[in-house]
Amino acid sequence: MAAIKLTNINKSYGTVHVLKDVSLEIKSGEFMIFVGPSGCGKSTLLRSICGLENISSGVLEIDNAVVNEVPPSKRGIAMVFQSYALYPHMSVYENISFALENQGLPRDEIKKKVEKVGELLQLTPYLTRLPKALSGGQRQRVAIGRAIVRGAKVFLFDEPLSNLDAALRVQTRMEIAKLKRDMPNTTMVYVTHDQVEAMTLADRICVLDQGRIAQVGTPMELYDRPGNTFVAGFIGSPKMNFITGEFARKNKCTTFGIRPEHLTIAKTKGAIKGIVDYSEILGSDSFLYVETEHGLLTAREIGKTIIKNGETVWLTPDPKLMHRFDDNGKRIN
Amino acid sequence: MWQRIKLEPSRFVLHFAVLLIVAIWTFPTAGLLVSSLRDKDLIATSGWWTALSTTDRSAQGRMAAADKQVNKDGKFEISGNIFDGTEVSGLVRAFGLKVQNPSEFAIDTTATFEDGKTLLVKSDGSYVYTSPVAFAGDRGQRLFYITSQPPKFTTENYSTVLFSEGIGRAFVNSLTVTIPATIIPILFAAFAAYALAWMKLPGRGFIIAVIVGLLVVPLQMSLIPLLKIYNASGFLSKTYLGIWLAHTGFGLPFAIYLLRSYIAGLPRDLIESAQVDGANDFKIFLRIVLPLCFPALASFAIFQFLWVWNDLLVAIVFLGSGEEQLVLTGKLNGLLGSRGGNWEILTASAFVTIIVPLTVFFALQRYFVRGLLAGSVKGG
Repeated sequence: MAAIKLTNINKSYGTVHVLKDVSLEIKSGEFMIFVGPSGCGKSTLLRSICGLENISSGVLEIDNAVVNEVPPSKRGIAMVFQSYALYPHMSVYENISFALENQGLPRDEIKKKVEKVGELLQLTPYLTRLPKALSGGQRQRVAIGRAIVRGAKVFLFDEPLSNLDAALRVQTRMEIAKLKRDMPNTTMVYVTHDQVEAMTLADRICVLDQGRIAQVGTPMELYDRPGNTFVAGFIGSPKMNFITGEFARKNKCTTFGIRPEHLTIAKTKGAIKGIVDYSEILGSDSFLYVETEHGLLTAREIGKTIIKNGETVWLTPDPKLMHRFDDNGKRIN
Repeated sequence: MWQRIKLEPSRFVLHFAVLLIVAIWTFPTAGLLVSSLRDKDLIATSGWWTALSTTDRSAQGRMAAADKQVNKDGKFEISGNIFDGTEVSGLVRAFGLKVQNPSEFAIDTTATFEDGKTLLVKSDGSYVYTSPVAFAGDRGQRLFYITSQPPKFTTENYSTVLFSEGIGRAFVNSLTVTIPATIIPILFAAFAAYALAWMKLPGRGFIIAVIVGLLVVPLQMSLIPLLKIYNASGFLSKTYLGIWLAHTGFGLPFAIYLLRSYIAGLPRDLIESAQVDGANDFKIFLRIVLPLCFPALASFAIFQFLWVWNDLLVAIVFLGSGEEQLVLTGKLNGLLGSRGGNWEILTASAFVTIIVPLTVFFALQRYFVRGLLAGSVKGG
C-alpha cells in the first residue's frame, strides 16, 4: 500500500531542463503508465521516483513520507530495467536472492522466498542456470522475480518489453497484466513509448511532452477527450487527422481533429472530397490515405476495402466524435 | 568451403607477416631450449639445429706402452681400448697416426705401415697394434681418430645452474619480488578504478586526468627521491617490502587506467540494479564488479608480472645484491660476465628465466586479449 505524490518536481542536467514542474499523484495500488516520445523525460521521471537520479527541486513523497534524500533501497520500491540488468555471473537463484541477502535475512528464509517466487513465475527448473542460458522471456521473468521477492510496495518498470520480439511482447504484456491483477495492492509505475502497452495495461496514463505533463487520465479519457493536440496526436493509431485553416474556422476552432475510424467513406457524396493515394489492407480493417484540399487524411474502413488507389472518395467526419482545439492547442468543449 | 576463401593480396601479406612474427619468436626460443638440453661439448662444436643428427668429432689418445706387449708367434702385439682412461665416447669411424690426417684409415681394416707394423681399430675403440720387432720406449704410440657421437640430451645443465650456479636461489628471490608486486597493485587499483568509474566524487575527472598523466612519467625520475625517502625511513631500504611498494607505485597508474576503463564499460543498469537491491558500494564492488572485471584483472596481472619479472633496474636500485636478494635478471647479468663462454650455463639459465612468464602468459592469455580490448568493446 503506497501512494506516490510528486509536487513541482524539476530536474536539470546543467543547463538542460529535463523535467519541468511535474506534479502528479499516483494512488495506492494503481497501474500508472508514463508515455511519450523519446526524450520527453519519462525515463528520467521514473528514475527520479526510484532514487537513481536526484531531483533538482520539488517534493517526492512515497507513502506520505518525503523521500527526496532517501537511497533507492530504502524507498520500498523495486525496479525492472529495460536491459533486465541481471547479474551475468550469478545463477537465477542468486539473482533473485541478492536483495534479500543484502537485507541480512537468514538463509532458510531466503530459500523459502526465492522458491516461492520461482514457482509463481514458472522459473523453478531454471534456478541454477546463468542468465545467458535463458531465453528473453525467461530473463524478463527473472527480472520481475527480483522485484517480487523483495515484497516492494511500488514496482517501477522501465520499458520492460522493448527488448522482446513482437510475439513475446504480447505474451509478456498479458503476464504483466495478470501480475498486476494478482497483486492488487502493489502500485506499479511503467514507462513505455508504445501506446498499445499504455492503453492495454494502464489504470491511468500520464502523457509527457518535453518534460511537462500533457495530460493524465484513464486510457479512454485520453482517447475520447484528449486535452490538447499533442495528446490527441499521440494516443490512437493511426494518428488523428488534423485540419487547420478555413475548414477549422467554419467549425469554430483553430485545429480540427478527427480520428481515422470516425471518418465515413463514401463514393458519391460527403463533406470532404479526395483521391485515394495509398491504401493499407490489414484484413480486419483497411487504412486509406486520401489526398484532399486539406492535406493528406487517413480514414479507416472495416474489413477489406474495394476502393482502389486513384479513385475519388468522399469523407464525412462524425460530428459527435470530432475534436476541436484553440490557438494554444487546448481542447474546446 | 574453398570458394569462400579469397586469395586477396592483402590477406596474403597479413598471413605472411603473422608467420614471420611467429617464426621470429619461436625459433630462438626453440634454439634456447634445445641448446640448454645438449651436452656442453656438443654445444661448443655444433649448432642446436644439428642436435638430432650424429656428429663427428676428432680426438686423440695414446695406446698402451711397450711394457704391455705380448709376444705372439714371433710378433709383438699391444692391444687395448683407446677409450680407456678418457672421457671420449661414441663410435670410432676412422683413425690415423698423424695429427694432420686422423681419418687416414677406415675401421676394421688392418693398416700396414712402412716399418712392418700393423694396426687394427674397431668401432668400439678396441685396437690391436703389431710389430715384427719388439716395441720400445716407455710411452705408447699416439693415435688420432674420428668418433661419431649419437644425439645426446641431458638435464645436467639445469641441475648445474639451479644448484651450483645460484640460479635456483635467484629464481626464488624473483618470485618473492614478483608475486606480491603483482597482487598488491591489483588490490589497490581495483578499488580506485571502481571509485573513479562509478562513485560520485568531487574532482573525479581531475584525478583521472592526473593518473593518465602519470602514465607517461619515466620512473627513472623518481629513483633518487624514492631512495632518499627509503633511506630516511630505515625499514624500507634494501628490503622486499621496499621493492614491493616501489613496483606497486610504478604499476598503479596503468593498473587504475586499464581497470577503470573496463569497469566504466560495465552496463550502468547492473550497478543501478544492485543499488536498488540495497547493496552498498563495497558490496557492489565485491559481488558485482570484481567478478565481472576478472578479464581486465588477469590482463593487468600479466602485464605487471612480466614487467616485474624482467625488471633489472628497480631490482638493483631497491634491493641488495647479496645471495639472499639478487633476482634472476641480476644473476643472469652476472653470469654473462663470469661465464660468458659457457653456453650450456647461459642457455639453461635463460630458459629458467623465461619459463615462468611463458607459463603465466599461456595460463591467462585468453583474458589477455579480452583485456587489451577493454573499453573498446562493451562487456569485453
